[in-house]
Amino acid sequence: MLKQFLWPLFLCLSVSGQAGAETLTLAAASDMTYCLPEVVKIFQAGHPGSEIRTVFGASGALFAQIKNGAPYDVFLSADMRYPTELIQAGAAERATLANYARGHLVLWSIDPAIQLEPGMAGLRSAAVKHIAIANPDTAPYGRAARGALEQAGLWEELKSKLVFGENIAQTLQYAESGNADVAFLSRSLVLSPRMAGKGHFQALPEGSYPPIEQGLVVTGVGARQPLASQFAAFMRSPQAREILRKFGFSTPEREHP
Amino acid sequence: MNFEALLDGELWEAIVLTCRLAITTTAVLLLIGMPLAYWLNASRWRGTVLVEALVSLPIVLPPTVIGFYLLMLMAPQSGFGRYWLDIFGYTLTFSFTGLVIGSVLYSLPFAVQPFQVALGSVPVELIESGTALGAGRWALFWKVMLPVARPGILIGCMLSFAHTLGEFGVVLMLGGSLPGKTRVASIALFDKVQQLDYPAAHAYALVLLCIAFGLLVSIALLRAHSQKQGA
Repeated sequence: MLKQFLWPLFLCLSVSGQAGAETLTLAAASDMTYCLPEVVKIFQAGHPGSEIRTVFGASGALFAQIKNGAPYDVFLSADMRYPTELIQAGAAERATLANYARGHLVLWSIDPAIQLEPGMAGLRSAAVKHIAIANPDTAPYGRAARGALEQAGLWEELKSKLVFGENIAQTLQYAESGNADVAFLSRSLVLSPRMAGKGHFQALPEGSYPPIEQGLVVTGVGARQPLASQFAAFMRSPQAREILRKFGFSTPEREHP
Repeated sequence: MNFEALLDGELWEAIVLTCRLAITTTAVLLLIGMPLAYWLNASRWRGTVLVEALVSLPIVLPPTVIGFYLLMLMAPQSGFGRYWLDIFGYTLTFSFTGLVIGSVLYSLPFAVQPFQVALGSVPVELIESGTALGAGRWALFWKVMLPVARPGILIGCMLSFAHTLGEFGVVLMLGGSLPGKTRVASIALFDKVQQLDYPAAHAYALVLLCIAFGLLVSIALLRAHSQKQGA
């Protein structure tokens, strides 16, 4: 029902969005907040005249919007599940699905007095009153944080300390403002220039949380735009991979054709 | 619409929390809003205009602005946040008390403005004859002004209650979505839509719609009733 209701609205939006011939709208997981603009800048240098807009949010939230017809051309999720489900729902192009990066989960605090070296066990300390994680139902980093706490057998014990950010960027903001003592964040946010010199972090060992394989896909809307698939391909180019790695992502071993 | 979703425990936990927040906020607004309205009406000071504008700000200000400033203010990094933490041992963000403070600011004009109208509607002759009969300020307020202003005060309370039900932006910034503590119905509805759980979202929306509509009908009836009495 909602779909029928929202459809005319989104149609208006997409028509106005496509007024300029070379306009691309990217919907990206919040862990790409600082990384993606750098990638876009280089892509645009090779595609003069193109206008690229970016929308950030929890992958699950963006997934829901795209499923309801939101006019986003490329979806850069922080997991593989949402892009795959979009394909199954017929809202994205199967051939364009790609694993563009692997994200990493870190513990971060702005307070130098908080000890992060002991890892998750240190979160039991009485000095840690609030632990911010992203919403596990819609944000892949929240799901990974919950997985990490469950694997460590700390989920039940620490549940009462948890506060939930709508997405990973809001989770960062809870911790950056000092309202939460520690946060489970993406390394890409912590390593961004904007966070340079702020707070301190501790990487969580590989295997202590479910891997965060990030997938992108061209949506049904984007399929009509050659620029969308060009951008999707560019995300796997050496230049894009270099930027991704600078922001703390791992990139898949082999370059895809 | 799936009616089983209406029986969900999570739904009623959120609705009860929302009502608790609205009742607490309304009680606080009654306590601070009445003296404020009284003072605004009586004041001859030129700066009153500024105070009135401040009180009305939440009508036009995006709630996220209030939420953002409060988030900064309540953080342990700020002087106020540190002070609160030292005295009470917890931070205001992610707490029910924090939401009450946010809601009081957010609904302030919806209480103070009707209170001002209600107190202003008391005929001057009535107050003057009261004074002539030797009533003190308190007696004048309790025995003369309050009975006349009561319907308007009730309307102010109901409006603040209803407005607090509709709060979203402030809670989104401050709340942290804690079940039973800060996950009010509007936030839970938002979460459900994000999870594509439309049956649950429908249930939240329907309950909120019914409460809000019921409240507004009561306010309209009350208004009509008090106007008839006044005429």
